[in-house]
Amino acid sequence: MEPFLRIEGIAVPFDRANVDTDQIIPARFIMKPRQFDYSKVLFHDLRNGPAAEPGFTLDRPEYRGAKILVTAENFACGSAREQAVYALQDTGIRALVGPSFGGIFYTNCIKNGILPAIVDSTVVSALCAALLRSPGSVLAVDLPQQTIATSDGKCFPFRIGEGDKAQLMGGWDDITRTLEHEQAILAHERATAATATWTRPSFDEAIGLRRPIPFAKARDER
Amino acid sequence: MPGTGLTIFDRIWARHRILENVAGEALLYVDQHFLNETSFICFQELERLGRTVRRPKQSFLAMDHTVPTHHREAGIPNAENREAIEYLDRFARKTGMAYIGVDDPRQGIGHIVASEIGLTLPGILIAGDDSHTTTNGAMGALSLGIGLSEVTHVLATQALWQAPYRKLRVTFSGSMALAVDAKDLVLELIHRIGAAGAIGHFVEFAGAAVSALSMAQRMTICNMAVEAGARAAIIAPDETTFAYLKGRPLAPQGKDWDVAVTEWRALRTDEEAVFDREVEIPASEVAPTVTWGTSPQDAIRVDGRIPDPKDAGSAQESARAEAALHYMGLAPGMRVTDIAIDQVFIGSCTNGRLEDLRAAAAIARNGRAVVPAIVVPGSQEVKREAESEGLHLVFRAAGFEWREPGCSMCLGMNGDLVEGGKRCASTTNRNFMGRQGKGARTHLMGPAMAAAAALTGRISDVRTLFERA
Repeated sequence: MEPFLRIEGIAVPFDRANVDTDQIIPARFIMKPRQFDYSKVLFHDLRNGPAAEPGFTLDRPEYRGAKILVTAENFACGSAREQAVYALQDTGIRALVGPSFGGIFYTNCIKNGILPAIVDSTVVSALCAALLRSPGSVLAVDLPQQTIATSDGKCFPFRIGEGDKAQLMGGWDDITRTLEHEQAILAHERATAATATWTRPSFDEAIGLRRPIPFAKARDER
Repeated sequence: MPGTGLTIFDRIWARHRILENVAGEALLYVDQHFLNETSFICFQELERLGRTVRRPKQSFLAMDHTVPTHHREAGIPNAENREAIEYLDRFARKTGMAYIGVDDPRQGIGHIVASEIGLTLPGILIAGDDSHTTTNGAMGALSLGIGLSEVTHVLATQALWQAPYRKLRVTFSGSMALAVDAKDLVLELIHRIGAAGAIGHFVEFAGAAVSALSMAQRMTICNMAVEAGARAAIIAPDETTFAYLKGRPLAPQGKDWDVAVTEWRALRTDEEAVFDREVEIPASEVAPTVTWGTSPQDAIRVDGRIPDPKDAGSAQESARAEAALHYMGLAPGMRVTDIAIDQVFIGSCTNGRLEDLRAAAAIARNGRAVVPAIVVPGSQEVKREAESEGLHLVFRAAGFEWREPGCSMCLGMNGDLVEGGKRCASTTNRNFMGRQGKGARTHLMGPAMAAAAALTGRISDVRTLFERA
């Protein structure tokens, strides 16, 4: 994963509250492999068809090639679908700036090297006002410093968890890093297997595939 | 014994903490990992990385999101869905995962099947590739919805990194009025605290009204806690929980059962425990509730009127409410009970359990549907039990369609869609724009209310449904 340190790019003001992941990517597009260019379906139904929003923000020429999205409260709430992040990523978005994000989406961003920077709502208002005054202007997002700078010299701090920051800056492979603790995971498994067997039932023995009999009957047999 | 000031979350967390990193994040052990066919990218990624499923027996794969609810003998018509299911079927059989395929006699929505087979137990830690994994907190499990990257991580490591969470306790005090459903409680909660109200929080549901709820009702409120942004929801296990679990195939048996129950009784929040936030809602204040907009927070009593966006708290919220009303084709001031509906959907991980179908059937038996209505049981087990009680006959006699189990019209991935511009009274969890189909208009409500809407063709108050008769 590409480490995230500092990026500078066109920022899009997108201050709508409670934008859900069904809007970001409708469910009918999520069964495609990762190789698919998910940018084709970002906000698909707001941008295509008879019900599309005329002049949808992301389609305006001044925002072409944007790297940053300034969002309102609870951006990307709802479904866990990580394809919402793929759609933003494949469009070229590297950072989101907003007061809050859907919980699962937030983590999905971190795991894909996208920065979800948390700021106060007043900062979102200030940034959006500045971006609307000069559409297509650039923001600079500095992760080590935790700042967002506008092209006219204003600078705002943002918040991020320490672990999330380290992961973005390091561009780590999460699995490799975790498996460095293989012995600790094994020790935990052994200890709990001895004390609480019921936490890990044997699916096969109880109701396994090899005996695909109706559930009600399986229950009676026990 | 003096309390230690711990919450139920602290207790389960401590039990699953393998280690902590310098940033204070814990590596938590995942007892059960819930997967569905939309997880297929993770398995492809795992293969690409040259890694294997570390604990297949703790990886529970249930086909639900895309399976057809009728004409199943014809196979899965959508090529992408079919290929994903076939790929996962091969993968699951090869690796020996805990697998419930399309043809399995226990097939159904993962969260519903997991509770039926006793896979979801108090005190365990569950991670699931679905935001509604919160449902499983009803049994006293710490149950977290995760995205694809984390799913791949759990497949490879059986562990999950988590930063500490804030804790919110929601107390439903007193008791619910007649004809009020658990769905109404949770819609009222989301309305009061907002769709972002519980972001970053583990939520414990407590209070007399919660203790009085059945397991099915508890699952409904934990299921929808995520619609307020909750990371997890939980209800401390009690006698209702133990009675529900006893005898289920994967629940502990014999002497193991007694040991487990003793441990489970200790899974409580101490009186001295301090939450970051507390919300109390007297259950008696809650009426049958429906949504009017495009966020679950847009909820209102069924005897109310559509609110005016001008009265919303902020300019931004006014604009959002206005756009929602425009999408929904509604006007401020309109009576909720004057909203005509085009169709009805009863089912989903929110309201697809036997008790939900009983509640819907109790209304359906009094009349005949005047709009298309489909009933999709949450699982084959729910379907069998409902049929043994004759509920399918009640629904059919009332003109409702009786289908095969799956997620179905909650998100339409299997083709069960609401047409653009059509209005659906739905027992599901999300009224988002386009959720049930492009341009579809969704009104969320409980199962009895949805059945009532089918009989009248309008959103109707179950409390007064038969008064004019």
